[in-house]
Amino acid sequence: MATTTTETTGAEGGHAAKPGMPQLDTTTWVPQLFWLAVAFIALYMVVSRIVIPKTGGVIAKRKASVEGDLAAALALKADSDRAVEAYEQSRAAARAKANGIAQENRNALGSEIDGERAKLDAALSAKAAEADKRISAAKSKALAGIKGVAADIARDIAIELTSAKITRKAAADAVAKIK
Amino acid sequence: MATTEGGEVKIIDPIHQFVINNIIDLGPLSFTNSALWAVIAVVCAALLFILAPANLIPTRLQSIAESLYEVVDNMTHEVLHENARTYFPFVLTLFLFILFANVLGLIPYSFTVTSHIIVTLALALVVFIGATIIGFIRNGFGYLRLFVPSGVPALLLPIVVLIEIVSYFIRPLSLSIRLFANMMAGHMMLKVMAGFVVMLGVAGGWLPLIAMVGLTGLELLVAVLQAYVFALLTCMYLSDAMHVDH
Repeated sequence: MATTTTETTGAEGGHAAKPGMPQLDTTTWVPQLFWLAVAFIALYMVVSRIVIPKTGGVIAKRKASVEGDLAAALALKADSDRAVEAYEQSRAAARAKANGIAQENRNALGSEIDGERAKLDAALSAKAAEADKRISAAKSKALAGIKGVAADIARDIAIELTSAKITRKAAADAVAKIK
Repeated sequence: MATTEGGEVKIIDPIHQFVINNIIDLGPLSFTNSALWAVIAVVCAALLFILAPANLIPTRLQSIAESLYEVVDNMTHEVLHENARTYFPFVLTLFLFILFANVLGLIPYSFTVTSHIIVTLALALVVFIGATIIGFIRNGFGYLRLFVPSGVPALLLPIVVLIEIVSYFIRPLSLSIRLFANMMAGHMMLKVMAGFVVMLGVAGGWLPLIAMVGLTGLELLVAVLQAYVFALLTCMYLSDAMHVDH
C-alpha cells in the first residue's frame, strides 16, 4: 500500500511526495497549524460577537417571556380565586339577609293572624251565646204550646169517646196531672 | 488492486484522501486543502447562526442553531457551574469547529481537517496547557493537590501519585488521538467499502453499497459524538482546574 501511495501521489506534487501516512508528513504541519489558528480565531470572533448575543439573547428572551406569561397567568388565577371567594361571601350574606326578612314577615303575619282570630272568636262566641238564648226561649215557648195542643187533643178524644161536656180548663188540668 | 496507474488507484487507496495539497503556495503558510475546509467549516458554522432568525417561536434553521447552542450551554453549566459563562465561548467555538469539520469531511471528495493528528493535538494542547495555567493561577501550588487523592493509605500514596501524574500528562494525547483516530479510521473504512462497490460493479456492488449507507449513518453519529466528547472532556479538565478538591 505504501508503494502505491508513493506512486500515485508522487504526481500530485506539494507536500504529498513522501511515503506513508500523510498525517506524519511534518512539512505540512506548519501550514496546517497556521490556518487552524486563523480559522479557530475567526470562529471564536463570530461566536463571541454574533452567536452568543444573538442566539443566547433569543433563548433568554424566550425564557423570560415564558416566565412572564406564567406569572401573569398565576396572577390572573389568584384574581379569579379572589373574585370567586367574594362572590361566595356575598351570596352567603344575601341568603342570611333573605332568611331574616322572611322570618320577620312570618312573625309579623303570625301575630296579625292571631289577633284577627281572637277577635273573630270573641264575636262568634257572642253570637253563639245569643243564638243559644233565643233557642232556649223558643224551646220553652214551643213546650208551653205543646201542653195546650195536648189538652185540646185529649179533650177532643174524650168528647168523641164519652160525649161528655169537658171544658178546656178541665182538660188542661187533667193533662197537667198526667205528667 | 493497486497495480494500475492513474484515477482508478486513487479511488481504492484509502490513505490518499488525507494527502495535503497546496492550493495557494505561500511557503510555510501555504493555503492547503486542509485550510480550505477549515475555512469552509468556519463559514458554515457562522452562516448557520447568522442566517437563523431570532424569533420567539423558532424556525427550523433556528431550532438547529439553538439546539447546538443549548447542548454546549447545558454542558458547561452542568460541569463548570458558576464558571460556565467564562469558558462558554471557547467551548462553543471548539464544539462547532470540530462538529463542522467532522461532518463536512463526510462529503465525498471533501477533506476532513480533524483527521490529521497535528490539528487535533494542537486543539488538545491548547485545552491542556490552558487548563493547567488556569489551575495554577486559581490555586497556586495547591493545584498539585490534584495528584494527591484524599483517603489513600500512605503506603500506596507514591504509586497513586505517580499514576495520577502520568494520567494527567496523557490527557492531551488521549484527547487528540481519540478524535484523530476516529476520523481517520471511519474515513478509511468508507473509502475501502466504496472501493469494493467500484470493484464488484453492477454484479455485486450493491451489497457493499448497502453497507456504505449504514456506515455513513454510523460515521455521522461518530462525527457528532466525537465533537461532543471533545467539548465535554475540555469542560471536565477546566473543572479540575477550578475545583482541585473533587
